[in-house]
Amino acid sequence: MDFKFDIEGGNFSNAGTASSDVKKVLKKLNVDPKLIKRIVVSIYEAEVNVVAHAYEGEMNVSIFPDKIIVRIVDKGPGIADIELAMQKGYSTASPEVREMGFGAGMGLPNIKKNTNELNIKSTVGVGTEVELINYLN
Amino acid sequence: MEKLPFYHALKVVENVCIGCTHCMNVCPTKAIRVKSGIADINKNACVDCGECLKACPVNAIIVEQDDFNQIFSFKQRVALLPTVLLGQFPDEITEEQIYSVIKEMGFTHVFEVDEAVDLLIEGTKEYMRRHPQMRPFISSFCPAIVRLIQVRFPSLVENIVRLKPVVDISSQFYRKKLIDEGFNNDEIGIFYITPCAAKIAAVKSPVGEEELLIDGVINMDFIYNKVMLSIKKGSSDKNTVSNYRHLSKTSIEWTLTNGEASQYSRRCLAIDEIHNVIAFLDKLENEEITDVDFLELRACDRSCAGGVLSTENRFLAVERLSKRANKDIKKQKETEEMYDTYRPYLLNNMAISEIEPRSILSLDSDMMIAMDKMKKIQRIMRVLPGIDCGACGAPKCKVLAEDIVQGKAKMTQCVFLQKMLTKEELISPQESFDISESTWGKGRFEKKSLKG
Repeated sequence: MDFKFDIEGGNFSNAGTASSDVKKVLKKLNVDPKLIKRIVVSIYEAEVNVVAHAYEGEMNVSIFPDKIIVRIVDKGPGIADIELAMQKGYSTASPEVREMGFGAGMGLPNIKKNTNELNIKSTVGVGTEVELINYLN
Repeated sequence: MEKLPFYHALKVVENVCIGCTHCMNVCPTKAIRVKSGIADINKNACVDCGECLKACPVNAIIVEQDDFNQIFSFKQRVALLPTVLLGQFPDEITEEQIYSVIKEMGFTHVFEVDEAVDLLIEGTKEYMRRHPQMRPFISSFCPAIVRLIQVRFPSLVENIVRLKPVVDISSQFYRKKLIDEGFNNDEIGIFYITPCAAKIAAVKSPVGEEELLIDGVINMDFIYNKVMLSIKKGSSDKNTVSNYRHLSKTSIEWTLTNGEASQYSRRCLAIDEIHNVIAFLDKLENEEITDVDFLELRACDRSCAGGVLSTENRFLAVERLSKRANKDIKKQKETEEMYDTYRPYLLNNMAISEIEPRSILSLDSDMMIAMDKMKKIQRIMRVLPGIDCGACGAPKCKVLAEDIVQGKAKMTQCVFLQKMLTKEELISPQESFDISESTWGKGRFEKKSLKG
């Protein structure tokens, strides 16, 4: 079963709405509250990443009997060095973004901590695709 | 897993209810539907917040209370007053007078619940120190909020501080004290004067508590009327000795907004009014809000001063209580000594057991079936008008779609679909009328359109 939610780049006042919508779906599907929390925490980070760095993006959620896959695809600057981006505290966020309380360099490490599998594909100047896989039990 | 329905104090008086949908539209857990022209409350979803009662234009929703005369089946009759009660009266009526009249009504002891607040603060500080992993700590103060978290935010249940609310600590205190004075446990009746419906529900089916600590509940507006009547008539016996004791500022302000949050260190927030609380918990659950230490969450605007059974305007009640709190009177020594004696006993008995999540959100316990149902809901949503008119007896099109999938409602309840089906001659005008009549009751159509 698939769901798609749009993410608007640069609009911090709406950051989190896609994650909240996914949360509502997972609650209806009787997914374990602890897993919902982990998924929502990580997709919220990914959503804010799109808002902070990209022009636009979408969140695609696919639910299978044994796993939940969330793909966040954006059109944006891309990530030059994924390994570096995975390090705690590393951030390319602008001072304005940091002033709003984002951009602490914890996004990707936090996502990794809360997900069973994390795959990142990125092309500089084109965009980034982040895939989060969580297994049910 | 089917959980037993909980006790609810909110009741719909069927012959008064006009089936007007006001309550249905304000219910924060979507617990109300209109069936046969009468509001019907789903016991599993209701959290006793009282929003429906506040919205009802004909006072058809009431808070059921225990018969007052039951107090006389006990030799020792203790009245536990919430501090907000004293905020209901005009300034010229003194606290001593209020105490006296309540005693004259037949109570042998009159105490204020919030006297025990200092102990709860001590217990809470210790709890927070011992369970740092449970941060942010959510207060268990407001029973409507505890239930709201159980049904709508199950993943936050473990953040609720597992300590008794102050009314239970007080009740335990007075019972123990009277037993030590030589009375038998079954001679002692403890009655709580409540400012809200949720406290009644919490007393009758406590969450995380095995035994009932309170013998009965009396509605605050009932006591208010009795006190006013007695004072206006001047029938109050001047010779009744009131055992009125002035409370500390902390105790008096406890049930007002920020009463708890102001007592703990680090980052503490106080949020009142149930929709504000829901919006906040939504963000907290997503960890959009982090780094908060303590949350005081209350269902009513201005906390208990805005309780459904309060009679005074909530802003005036807060004003009077603040005046009382800031009176420069030292806490009476007698009170302190009394509590010191029982301190270890009360602190040792303050814990409550695990609070269970009981989510109302999932469509089915089996995820595959839930997914099927969700697909059906999406299909149904495509044909519903999406204007949330409520004419089907459900608060939103989405809720109707869920009810249909759960077998609790029919597609044809939607008035738009009825018109379409009638036009296409799939149902007769009479059938369409019959469906509307089953939602809104027979009388509705006679009264409004034909006779009016």
